[in-house]
Amino acid sequence: MDHFPTNWGRPRNDAFDPYGTYPIHQRPATKDNFAEGVQRTQQPIVTGTSVLAIQYKDGIMMAADNLGSPPPFLPLTQSDRILSAASYGSLARFKDIQRLHQVGNSTVIGASGDMSDFQAIQSLLDEVVIDEFTQGDGHDLGPAEVHEYLSRVMYSRRSKIDPLWNSILVGGFRDGKRFLGYIDLLGTTYSSPSIATGYGAYIAIPILRSAVDGRVDELTEENARNLLHECMRVLFYRDARSLDKYQIATVNASGVHISDQVHLDTSWSFAEGIRGYGAQTQ
Amino acid sequence: MPDGSFAHPQQRQFNPYTDNGGTILAIAGADFTVIAGDTRQSEGYSIQTRYAPKVFRLTDRAVLAVNGFAADGNMFVKKVKQRLEWYRHAHAKDMPLRAIARLIQTMLYAQRFFPYYVYNILGGIEEDGTGAVYSFDPVGSYEREACRAAGAAQSLVQPFLDNQIYFKNQKAAAGQTHPTHLPLSDVLSIVIDSFTSATERHIEVGDGLEIFVVVTKGHSPQGLESIRNVQEVTTRADTDRMFVIRRELKKD
Repeated sequence: MDHFPTNWGRPRNDAFDPYGTYPIHQRPATKDNFAEGVQRTQQPIVTGTSVLAIQYKDGIMMAADNLGSPPPFLPLTQSDRILSAASYGSLARFKDIQRLHQVGNSTVIGASGDMSDFQAIQSLLDEVVIDEFTQGDGHDLGPAEVHEYLSRVMYSRRSKIDPLWNSILVGGFRDGKRFLGYIDLLGTTYSSPSIATGYGAYIAIPILRSAVDGRVDELTEENARNLLHECMRVLFYRDARSLDKYQIATVNASGVHISDQVHLDTSWSFAEGIRGYGAQTQ
Repeated sequence: MPDGSFAHPQQRQFNPYTDNGGTILAIAGADFTVIAGDTRQSEGYSIQTRYAPKVFRLTDRAVLAVNGFAADGNMFVKKVKQRLEWYRHAHAKDMPLRAIARLIQTMLYAQRFFPYYVYNILGGIEEDGTGAVYSFDPVGSYEREACRAAGAAQSLVQPFLDNQIYFKNQKAAAGQTHPTHLPLSDVLSIVIDSFTSATERHIEVGDGLEIFVVVTKGHSPQGLESIRNVQEVTTRADTDRMFVIRRELKKD
């Protein structure tokens, strides 16, 4: 906003002072840093797709694939076009991205959405964990604290209309208690026995809920791993922006473990018989 | 624009709000108040969780139900609770209900130009021992009422309450008048029926029902004994009594 009325338009009233005899002060420069508005994240650029997580008998398990790609709905703006001419359109751009991240000794977070925002969140959390460690008071952050902290960060950024464009799952096991929670770019939070972000919320959640809800204490580690493996396979078949390479994080009494990359074996031979996929007969 | 034309400038806006569904309800009696809410949290057609509380105990005699944008709701409740704690530390007593109502108004109106997208219903016991319900709009307009429903199924529940609590469109039997206050057992039946009906006809309502009952100090919670799953959450012996009833609602 320009606060100098003389810059608003005609500075004088000609009927009142036709020859401009009344002295007018020197007009200040009109450079307004906010004239074009502050530019903020309007859309994600390199994104990760679904993250899946469930609670099981001994803790929690979380899975996310290793792909970072432009989102399917990325609209082309002038600057994006220059960018995409040099690099990518709907290309599977980064195939070795790790979207699961250990925080402290009893927590794992997994993120979908903008990967650069996620990396900013990782630095933020690492800093907090180090600050807590250097206190040397024997206290550290568990999953509930990490979830609360992230919810505050995400909500305050959305309140500045400058969101971190992610949906984040926080899972952990501490003092004999499981924890699994969700936070998104609006600051919305919740907990549930099984949670999925992105397409997983539509495709994997029905499978996960029917297997997990009300049976958390019976689900073994092997059951949980197989269940997530199956859901990742289904997602790879149906989510165009997903990868057949993923990682699983397990948090239980023995601590946090993020697995090596797991490869999904898929069979596409059925496609041959479907009209619209394989060679057409008519 | 997908066709790559730049004839018209394009505007994309980040929307800082969403609607997380659910419904809340409160009814005041002569010496009690019932405050209830379902526990489903949804966004669009997806159920995010089947248990996310919308009704919160503030003091020994005040309960707040929040509905609308869940992130705003949680933040708002957090801030109200903080203000009440500060009040307790400054004055060595709990803030009275009508003062909490005015506090909530000023807190909501302070955000007039970036509102909390939340409908609040405050219920509890007034200093004179009567049951009271205060309902608010997102920017702080409020009034004291005998009953109020808000949220996704407001349009289904409120007309039912108008009929059953205010006796709208009902004629009293010859020589008789409608009661000004209903007994607790009747109110609980009305609350439970409201939610089972809203669950049937509204997709954003269901999963679980959480009912808080506050009863004036020294009065008997008559009508609660026939209800299953009642948990008393009164903290001290010399105060009003508070109970929580948790029930299942249909999950489809």
